[in-house]
Amino acid sequence: MENKKITVRVCVGTTCFVMGGANLQELNDIIPRKYGDKAEVLGSNCLGLCSINWEYSKAPYVKIDEDVVSEATTEKVLAELDKKIAEQSKE
Amino acid sequence: MNKAGQAIRLKKEILVRIIKAFFSDNFEEQARLIPYAMRPKGMEVPYRCCIYKERAIIKDRTIAGLGFPIEEDDETVSLSTYAHEALERKEISDKNLTVLQAACKGCLTNRIYVTDLCQGCVARPCKSTCKFGAISIVDGRSVIDETKCKRCKMCINACPYNAIVKITVPCEDSCPVGAIHKDETGFASIDYDKCINCGKCTMACPFGAVHERSQIIDILKAIKSDKKVIAMIAPSIAGQFPGTIYQMKAAIKKSGFDDVYEVAQGADVTANTEAKEFLERMEKAEKGEVGESGKVQTFMTTSCCAGYNELIKKHLTEIKPYKSDTGTPLYYTAQIVKKEHPEAITVFVSPCVAKRAESYDNPNVDYVMNYEELGALFVALNIQIAELDGEKYEVESSKQARNFGITGGVAESVKASLKEEDAIKPFVINGLDKDSIRQLKKFAKSGMCEGGCNLVEVMCCEGGCIGGNATINNQKTAKKQIDKLLEESEDIKKID
Repeated sequence: MENKKITVRVCVGTTCFVMGGANLQELNDIIPRKYGDKAEVLGSNCLGLCSINWEYSKAPYVKIDEDVVSEATTEKVLAELDKKIAEQSKE
Repeated sequence: MNKAGQAIRLKKEILVRIIKAFFSDNFEEQARLIPYAMRPKGMEVPYRCCIYKERAIIKDRTIAGLGFPIEEDDETVSLSTYAHEALERKEISDKNLTVLQAACKGCLTNRIYVTDLCQGCVARPCKSTCKFGAISIVDGRSVIDETKCKRCKMCINACPYNAIVKITVPCEDSCPVGAIHKDETGFASIDYDKCINCGKCTMACPFGAVHERSQIIDILKAIKSDKKVIAMIAPSIAGQFPGTIYQMKAAIKKSGFDDVYEVAQGADVTANTEAKEFLERMEKAEKGEVGESGKVQTFMTTSCCAGYNELIKKHLTEIKPYKSDTGTPLYYTAQIVKKEHPEAITVFVSPCVAKRAESYDNPNVDYVMNYEELGALFVALNIQIAELDGEKYEVESSKQARNFGITGGVAESVKASLKEEDAIKPFVINGLDKDSIRQLKKFAKSGMCEGGCNLVEVMCCEGGCIGGNATINNQKTAKKQIDKLLEESEDIKKID
């Protein structure tokens, strides 16, 4: 199977932005540089994850394809992305 | 933006929970439960030795969020009592920072230290480079005599093995005026007589041990009452949240405020007034008239930064004659607002803690809410700024006024206020630290600035207000957002 491009969606809703998502904007520079055309990073309006049951305490959120990264930091997102790419190349 | 990462996130989460508790049907009980909600039984312990210490520290952070000093807590008083007292409180304090000693690590003492990497070499460059004779060789290895060491770091640079390190206490190192120190217990405490409220320690401490004493409950109380409450937003806010400043107005109104003013409106007055004052002062200097300092004063400094004003008051009185007498943008904005709405409660929305000190001394400013607190309010009320329709301001501010929060922006605005812009040669102090304070002292002593410059812009924070201790966004993207607003704004009006 041919590897398809992985999509990283960084939530820029108010809650995620305030709770630390502002810092995730550096992913916009890092991901294209590090992964080339293997992954792309997109900003996203509120993903709606913060409104579920007081769960704002897990913001900021990032979605890597369909997987959710909560309390996201740049390091955490990159680690998940590495894992995902390694899995893909195994398949 | 804040470097303390997760510690800052914790503080924000606590603020959100305090605000949610306030709007619940039982504020006092919900406040009491905050540490248990954040660290429930059975949860994996994230930072400290056990869940009980985690909760104790969260309780202390909540005390600061409710506006009280953590130092005075004797652990017997419940958060519900604090919440009750916050509701009853009529006056705010002039002490704006508080240290959570239980979170303070009690870092190793600030010093230069020779590590085990020392190879006991023959050349001994550390010993020969030390001007103070502080290094001796014991058992073939270098040892530093603390009583002689001046921490010049020459030995660190000299060692070819990188064996010598500087052990730092981040809060002490960040403080430009030596106001925070490890006390006799080994934990940090603040000397308020020296503190200029710059907030650098709050950003520097990796444990997030230094807190601002929040006025959020006092503000929410005002909003809940039938009084009119007006927010005055600092220019740097344009780079802090997703959305435009027009959407910001809508968002702030949605959170319960009656109206919003741009402090950039006052910044236009500051820039024009300062430009006039500049011309008068330079005319005097040209005639050879001596100023208040007893010297011919060939330069003037700006006056809008609250941290700088506090520095002058407490540590640098000799530069006072050189500081412009013009009011800050907040001073003029608050004056306008109180004139138009004498009955209103005014809240300054601020990038930093220093403005709390300025506001405390200004009867036209009732409360201060920093960006983190405003952000927490949006989170608690689930307000999505970027989805709201923008609202115009009654007075549109100029491009230069809206750029006040970025280093160089204030000098630029004074320059742009003049018909002959070349009359101004700016010298920009981008962040107060020991070096820049020394520089200012030198200017005051000679009555002259470096390189024939005649307008010294001083900003306490590196980068300007976009580097303030309570900012949310990183400076690069904050600046990008502000630049976009500037493109849509008109130039400042010139003075006659």
